Amino acid sequence: MSGLEDVSQIQSKVLNDETFAYELLQDLSITVTEMFRDKDFYKSLRENVIPILKTYPFIKIWHAGCATGEEAYSMAIILQEEGLYDRATIYATDFNQHALNRAKEGIISNATIKQYTANYQLSGGKESFSDYYTSSYGNVIMNQSLKKNIVWANHNLVIDSVFAEVHLILCRNVLIYFDINLQNKVQKLFYESLINGGILCLGSKEGLCFTDFFEKYTELDKKQRIFKKKY
Amino acid sequence: MEYDAIVIGVSSGGMTALKFIFSALPADFSLPIITVQHISANSDNEWIKLLNKKSNLTIKEADEKEKIETGNVYIAPSNYHLLIESDKTFSLTIDEYVNFARPSIDVLFESAADAYKNKLIGVVLTGSNNDGAKGIKRIKELGGMAIIQDPETAESSTMPESAIAAVQPDYIFSLEKIVQLLIKITQTIK
Repeated sequence: MSGLEDVSQIQSKVLNDETFAYELLQDLSITVTEMFRDKDFYKSLRENVIPILKTYPFIKIWHAGCATGEEAYSMAIILQEEGLYDRATIYATDFNQHALNRAKEGIISNATIKQYTANYQLSGGKESFSDYYTSSYGNVIMNQSLKKNIVWANHNLVIDSVFAEVHLILCRNVLIYFDINLQNKVQKLFYESLINGGILCLGSKEGLCFTDFFEKYTELDKKQRIFKKKY
Repeated sequence: MEYDAIVIGVSSGGMTALKFIFSALPADFSLPIITVQHISANSDNEWIKLLNKKSNLTIKEADEKEKIETGNVYIAPSNYHLLIESDKTFSLTIDEYVNFARPSIDVLFESAADAYKNKLIGVVLTGSNNDGAKGIKRIKELGGMAIIQDPETAESSTMPESAIAAVQPDYIFSLEKIVQLLIKITQTIK
């Protein structure tokens, strides 16, 4: 990219060219994601989290570090199937604007949709997955009805602050890239953003036990790393 | 020559091979072993617990930021890449598939080579793709040791063959001889 000859030339360019520095940061950020990644997590979400969400008159959900949006769309599908979508708002945030723009479009290649369909079925989905998208030109586009209550926004977990009080936060496989100090900082942000009794979902290899917040939650599903903020 | 760690990469046929090796190693085996076995993204990793029951060593899934310790055999969790940091702790990532695999053997081997330099032993076993070839090459380049399962004795020969094509291995051995060699190497360390 950018016609640089070797890696050492990046340094001066980063220091002197703000746009370049920003572009590089976006390029380096990991945006790999999947719909319905981890079948057992989504099963547990349906069994253990959805019943709690049903007790609220309106529901606010935050997908922190949503990358290209696959998990936010997965959530939208579950909410529709559970009859909760119309009273829900999904805040899907990332600091990578390129990824957010792609997320907003909701266009996914046919090659990957095959795997997402299998994931969906394994995770307890009972509808026909193809009802959620329209296929053309080798790609699929997610339905408008899934997008209407998703708010896509640029938010940097490391430097930005609380923007809403939410019932559920999903931040899966983002914190594995952070050291423990940064994890603590982000966990503080999550704790302050959740209502009492709110729910935090982390990736299957992530936890709270090395952070300052382990005592402040109960484990709703230990294996699937689903935590409930204490009252 | 002293060594600090062993990395093992294995794909199809791996369950039998790993069971053979880990049940043959003694309880006082003095090097940590870090293993990538290609496995379905949906595996619940129960097989690791079963493997643990067959072994004198503690076989466990590698945890994020866990410190690598002797006496343990670490297995990469399914659907994550496993890397070793310079402070000898683990990192897990969900980056793109490498060689159609996550976890990828090359990813583990290359990061392990950078962390352990010439104190590393790399072992490539049975498998039907070419993951591990680049990684074992990196291990050799940095002065580590390369042990490859004799393709004749492997359930799937492609992976050992690809590794042999990529480097000049120190040993091309059957599983029995690999076990004997590893025990001998660790005994001279003591």
